[in-house]
Amino acid sequence: MTDQTPSLPHAASARAPRTDSGFSLSRLPDAVTGWLLSLPLALVLLFFLVLPIAMIVVVSFWGATEFSIYPAFQFDNYEFLLTSPVTYQVFFNTIKYAVITWAITLVLGFTIAHFLAFHVRTQTWQIVLFLLCTIPFWTSNIIRMISWIPFLGRNGIANSTLISMGVIDEPLEWLLFSDFSVILAFVHLYTLFMVVPIFNTMMRIDKSLIEAAYDNGASGFQTLTNVIIPLAKPGIMIGSIFVVTLVMGDFITVRFMSGSQKANVGRLISNDVALLQYPSAAATAVILLITVLLVISILLRFVDIRKEL
Amino acid sequence: MARSLELELAATTKKYGDTIAVNAINHRFAAGSYSCLLGPSGCGKSSTLRMIAGHETVSTGDIVLGGTNITDLPPAKRGTAMMFQSYALFPHLSVVDNVAFSQKMKGVDKAIRQKKALELLELVDMSAYAARMPSQLSGGQQQRVALARALITEPSVLLLDEPLSALDPFLRIKMRLELKRLQRELGISFIHVTHSQDEALALADDIIVMNNGRIEQAGTPRDIFNAPATEFVAKFIGGHNVLGQAGKRVALRADRLLVSKAQDGGSTLLGATVRDVEYLGSTVKLALDAGTTGDLTASLSDEVFFQDPIDIGTAVFLTWKPEDAHPLAA
Repeated sequence: MTDQTPSLPHAASARAPRTDSGFSLSRLPDAVTGWLLSLPLALVLLFFLVLPIAMIVVVSFWGATEFSIYPAFQFDNYEFLLTSPVTYQVFFNTIKYAVITWAITLVLGFTIAHFLAFHVRTQTWQIVLFLLCTIPFWTSNIIRMISWIPFLGRNGIANSTLISMGVIDEPLEWLLFSDFSVILAFVHLYTLFMVVPIFNTMMRIDKSLIEAAYDNGASGFQTLTNVIIPLAKPGIMIGSIFVVTLVMGDFITVRFMSGSQKANVGRLISNDVALLQYPSAAATAVILLITVLLVISILLRFVDIRKEL
Repeated sequence: MARSLELELAATTKKYGDTIAVNAINHRFAAGSYSCLLGPSGCGKSSTLRMIAGHETVSTGDIVLGGTNITDLPPAKRGTAMMFQSYALFPHLSVVDNVAFSQKMKGVDKAIRQKKALELLELVDMSAYAARMPSQLSGGQQQRVALARALITEPSVLLLDEPLSALDPFLRIKMRLELKRLQRELGISFIHVTHSQDEALALADDIIVMNNGRIEQAGTPRDIFNAPATEFVAKFIGGHNVLGQAGKRVALRADRLLVSKAQDGGSTLLGATVRDVEYLGSTVKLALDAGTTGDLTASLSDEVFFQDPIDIGTAVFLTWKPEDAHPLAA
């Protein structure tokens, strides 16, 4: 009762005729209240999202010399970018990393989520195993990356184990500082971003739907393709967006795991920034942003996330 | 539609670890009959149904359908179909695709399976909704679709897990009639799990009352209601008084208990005080305190009651015909 008493006068005043002259939100028109309520978030988004992006777009048209940058409106940066074969190579590489990492994390993430949601019977074990998946996230991702280096190196644990087992005669060169190690690190870092949303949608699938599918003669595989995958689609899409954007925007993983031998767009930008070539970096960033938005809009074509959530 | 077949449970048992959910039950479900598995929650009726459906493995014992042992067959190969309590319609498929699901799994052509599904929807009076999604249907409509989806597999036995419990009382009575009509028209066996004795009495040709994983009594609704075999059945089916008579327990229907204000010549068997009077329309229910015998209920027709109304607190005398007292098994 005690927590209801303070609300009583308020409720009474809301119903009272509007004669007194005090200021109150409830007396403003609905449209004004709506705008006021959305204002704080709108301001946050304006200052921390719209303004920086606008800034980057503006700077991408500026000019630069070896030692200075100057405001201008010229297409030099874009012209240089779009005519350089390096750009296409690097963008191709970025998309290659994104696609391969997406495919592997999708298979892994879906399998893990399926196991957790449908094969682990008690909720306690589901939670325990799910927390187990998150343990790698207790350390920083730099440390998680670097810890692969002694493992994969020429004289690392992987090579020496394989040699002592007699599987190979001499160390595998492609284990470290290669596309393999880059993608391995990406998969390690980002699989959980696939597991979580897929697990979440799978947990919301009514178990009797699976029984109903069996009752209607569906095999395990048919149940997967006809019931589970369609119903887990929103989770798959959200996970895919996470992984694709994270991989496409990454630069540190590529630098560390390829020993600076491979490049993606993130590294291109970070190199420009290191050389204080801000306009060029900004132009590359704009192109990357457009590419990522295109990829996401293609993904959203497959499923209407708003409808599914 | 498929032939109706006799279904037999032979010492069918379900154990979960050390807990016995269904304890070696034997029963023969006649071909083309409507049977109700009736009991309180946890009595093993749902486990029994799920074992028949093939969604639960049988620990020991057998399930035989029309001479074939189906104990270990997968759900779709048994000749049974199940309608789930929550209907379990696929939310991402339209009504017609839901009904056609089993045909799709068999690889039937789209045109043929849609035509078949529409026939089934016609049967349950839902063809106008074929293109809708399940979320756009009411509970009763969803149930009809679930029914059509189960029937498209041409089962010999249709299994219904508490099919009416999610509906409001008005719709429940309407669907009850419809289920019975459908069963008569199709001529296949329906096995219906319920905890509502009204539902079982109204629907079933054969009621199987279960308790603690065992069958307490099986028989026609009249047998069960008129002559309950055990105290549990008498109490669960309702409308009965259980009392001790000459060291034995007997069941006596509440409407066979004769109440009078005056002691009439030697035939009085009990004295009691009226504690409560409930007017129920066509009957009036008296709650009686019969001292050491315990609390009893008498149900009088309104006509009889209002000829000579009885007030709360009145001392009354109770009699009954000896043949109305049914002895109960211990």
